[in-house]
Amino acid sequence: MAARITTDDVAHVARLARLELTDEELVLYTEQLAGILAHADDVASLDTAGVPATAHPLPLQNVLRDDVVRPSIDRDEVLAAAPAVEDRRFRVPAILGEAP
Amino acid sequence: MTTAQQIADAVRAGERSASEVLEEHLAVIDEREGDVHAFNLVMRDEARAAAVAVDAGDRTGALAGVPVALKDNLCTRGIPTTCSSRILEGWRPPYDATVVARLAAAGAVFVGKTNLDEFAMGSSTENSAFGPTRNPHDLDRVPGGSSGGSAAAVAAGFAPLALGSDTGGSIRQPAALCGVVGLKPTYGLVSRYGLVAFASSLDQIGPFAATVADAALLLEVIAGHDPLDSTSLDRPLPPLVSGLGDGVEGLRVGVLTELVHAEGIAPDVRRRVEAAAEALADAGAKVDEASVPAASFGLSAYYLIAPAEASSNLARYDGVRYGLRVDAENTAEMNAATRTAGFGPEVKRRIMLGTYALSAGYYDAYYGKAQQVRTLIIRDFAAAYDSFDVLLCPTSPTTAFRLGDKTADPMSMYLNDVCTIPSNLAGDPAISVPFGAGDDGLPVGVQLLGPALSEATLLRTAAVLEGALQ
Amino acid sequence: MSLDDWQLVVGLEVHAELATNTKIFCGCANSFGDEPNTNVCPVCLGLPGSLPVLNRSAVEFAARLGMALECTVQPSVFHRKNYFYPDMPKDYQVSQYDLPINADGTLELPDGSVVGIERAHLEEDTGKTTHMGGGGRIHDAAYSLVDYNRAGVPLVEIVSRPDIRTPEQAQAYATELRAILAATGVSDAKMEEGSMRVDANVSMHKPGEPYGTRCEIKNLNSVRSLGRAIRYEMERQVQLLESGERIVQETRHWDEDAGRTRPGRSKEQAEDYRYFQEPDLVPVAPDDEWLASIRAAMPMLPAARRTRLAAQTGGDVDVALVVERGLDDLVLEAIAAGGDPGRLLVHASNNLSAGAGELSARPFAELSKLEATGALTATQAKTVLAELVTAGGDPAAIAATRGFEAMGDDALAAAVDAAIAADPEAWEKFKAGDRKVTGFFVGLVMKTTKGKADGKAVTALLDARAQS
Repeated sequence: MAARITTDDVAHVARLARLELTDEELVLYTEQLAGILAHADDVASLDTAGVPATAHPLPLQNVLRDDVVRPSIDRDEVLAAAPAVEDRRFRVPAILGEAP
Repeated sequence: MTTAQQIADAVRAGERSASEVLEEHLAVIDEREGDVHAFNLVMRDEARAAAVAVDAGDRTGALAGVPVALKDNLCTRGIPTTCSSRILEGWRPPYDATVVARLAAAGAVFVGKTNLDEFAMGSSTENSAFGPTRNPHDLDRVPGGSSGGSAAAVAAGFAPLALGSDTGGSIRQPAALCGVVGLKPTYGLVSRYGLVAFASSLDQIGPFAATVADAALLLEVIAGHDPLDSTSLDRPLPPLVSGLGDGVEGLRVGVLTELVHAEGIAPDVRRRVEAAAEALADAGAKVDEASVPAASFGLSAYYLIAPAEASSNLARYDGVRYGLRVDAENTAEMNAATRTAGFGPEVKRRIMLGTYALSAGYYDAYYGKAQQVRTLIIRDFAAAYDSFDVLLCPTSPTTAFRLGDKTADPMSMYLNDVCTIPSNLAGDPAISVPFGAGDDGLPVGVQLLGPALSEATLLRTAAVLEGALQ
Repeated sequence: MSLDDWQLVVGLEVHAELATNTKIFCGCANSFGDEPNTNVCPVCLGLPGSLPVLNRSAVEFAARLGMALECTVQPSVFHRKNYFYPDMPKDYQVSQYDLPINADGTLELPDGSVVGIERAHLEEDTGKTTHMGGGGRIHDAAYSLVDYNRAGVPLVEIVSRPDIRTPEQAQAYATELRAILAATGVSDAKMEEGSMRVDANVSMHKPGEPYGTRCEIKNLNSVRSLGRAIRYEMERQVQLLESGERIVQETRHWDEDAGRTRPGRSKEQAEDYRYFQEPDLVPVAPDDEWLASIRAAMPMLPAARRTRLAAQTGGDVDVALVVERGLDDLVLEAIAAGGDPGRLLVHASNNLSAGAGELSARPFAELSKLEATGALTATQAKTVLAELVTAGGDPAAIAATRGFEAMGDDALAAAVDAAIAADPEAWEKFKAGDRKVTGFFVGLVMKTTKGKADGKAVTALLDARAQS
């Protein structure tokens, strides 16, 4: 069984998920997530030694596409949906960190 | 009531025009949509143009002239697709979902995009950014969710057919609460291409209809292999409509103990399941008790797996390429400001829950464990299907509850899905079919579960129950 | 400070864009340098509802590379690596994690040393970001613009084991890997266009002690930068270590102009990528038949080409260069046509660049024979060769047109004597041992003989005259 989720944990996952929480929200969500996870603890405490994980319900493999070019979509239609565009590209505010 | 099959036959025979059919349905919408709020968008102009094209003979097919409502998480080219979220408000996809393209090719007339819990996360359609949908049987009650708009649209007579998506019960539970038929197909039977993802390994698109036969008709049109979806099954589906009258003589039906007696199943709902078992026995089925022990862990496993996948699937709503942007000094802050303003509380809760379940130090205890439980559930179902062709259990623990009753406590809302979740985890098909009313006079649905690709069996069993009521 | 007390440890991570027609998960063209945001679709833009479908060629190219690197080509799955970045349309990267398509290989370098390959896995590339204002640097930019043409281009990431011990070995590894990528057709592997990108994990330790803390060096745009950056980093790390400081594990960027590495902006906290299996894709498990067909299509690798060329020419150092330029087949064909192996190898390494133009094997062979028999001087041969490259033709005919003919010994002697007579002052210096004026006399002879003279023969005659 895992330790009870704390406000620090919730603040950490909110940062990872790019969500801002007020202090009140932080407390409320911590309480709610703790409640849900308490329910999940019957799963967490189950002895599943040797049981393989199922990531996917289908036993499919090797689903492949031929390497043939298909038409792309119209750039104007793509850019029309964007919040900000400049010089045929998507415009974003300053990026602080390098890509990992 | 006119069924989709009757409309299609009449339009094909030239007895009725598609435009006439459409106007009748638009009139019902005009009358009741203000109360029910099934739609995020009623596509009057597009529908009228489509009906005119059917009447001109330009559009033909199995559903030519039949009005169909689409859950608003299915991409429709040039038509807003919101997922009932502020973050996608106003977004017009540059492409059609595969199911939308198939329905259009079959001549269907799209009447509108239906309301849902934001990004399909919920069991009451109260988590919509655009206000809740109400149950046409009682406007103070929820229609269920997340496909509450689609279920309500069919129940209210806005359209004879609707599409929904089902990740943990989002077709079957609202179908039960609204008194209509809802089917979650075998995972991979219907292409997910163009369905805005909630939890990719669980999501399936499926039909809502007023009758079992109409559900079969709609499923036949949307099912089939799609090269644009890597998880699409490349196997032929047995015909569905033609075998509907074959009955259940000799069919082995198991009453699923763990779910009939699960926490929170109301006595009146349990009685309807028992009545359904009797009706099937009367029709010649061999009915016995069945056990799927791991099904009891379904809810817990689901509320780790589905949020984990969702936390990743919903990362893309970052304010860069489409949808809402809330400006800020730098991109990271812009992402956060946008997501904070754009997502509702339930979506945020599940994103954080899923992020936590996947994060370093917790993966094995939560996500990894839930995937192992998934294996156990698949094994236990497989074992049950050695002895049974179909399993029977409730769809929803209760009839429709009141708006606001369960919004304060997420866990009480999640418990609505206890009977529907196991088939999503197993990837197997399941159908909810109306079977009478509860003590409050509201509809009760019973659920039939079967092994992969047993849709034909489920539909003909449901048809027997449907017939037993009349 | 003494570098001698310290041992360098380097592991390299190389990203190579696969030379497929289309992107890894959609049918958009995989093409460099197109108009921004023209090779995009719902899938590679990560639009809601879109789904990936794996490109068969990407799998085959990756497996081919794996075979060339002696890897185990194995059943593999895709994972999602979750982090936010505006060049990544889904805010996760589809990559391979604990089950990569290729594992446990080796790369043998021309000097005979062997570097272990940990894995070579498939993943998708990101879009391209242009930073506006602040001189185009990310840290000073006012805002940025994103082009998603590159998003979803298939990549193979080749991760070496930390087996590299010198900057030269790191350069040799990158050079050899580039040659293999090009030879197998897996990638055009152009570092300057970014289709091959090298990151270096560099640490220093004292022999016998555990490995030191490593820094990851990025932004290495050439094999030369790789060597320079490692040398810089060696000194930087040793300086810190010898002054008792600790190395911080971090990403550093090579600044080519300044000739130094700089720390990237430090992150608030360690990344947590929350890897999990990509539910929109299914596992890839090439069967024996498929693998056999990939193996059967495997072209000859650079190491085998070097061995073959060395065996036929007796050459040594030039061989690697000729193979790198893709000229070894031409040289071998010319040898088969009766050409002079030594002269052919010299021309291929000194006087031809990659792509020999109109030059084909038979005239190349003829040219080397004319030279070997003394009918043409080295200088004349070079001139004829240049013409063969641009226009083709018959070497003997070209030589005749140009008036090239072997000079008789008497004529050469006369020309040398005339040159000596022309500048007695310079000749005195030459006789006194000032060899700087050699070039002057050779040039003079070349001028009067219109380039027909052989430079070496002229020098020999000058020496003989000075001693007599």
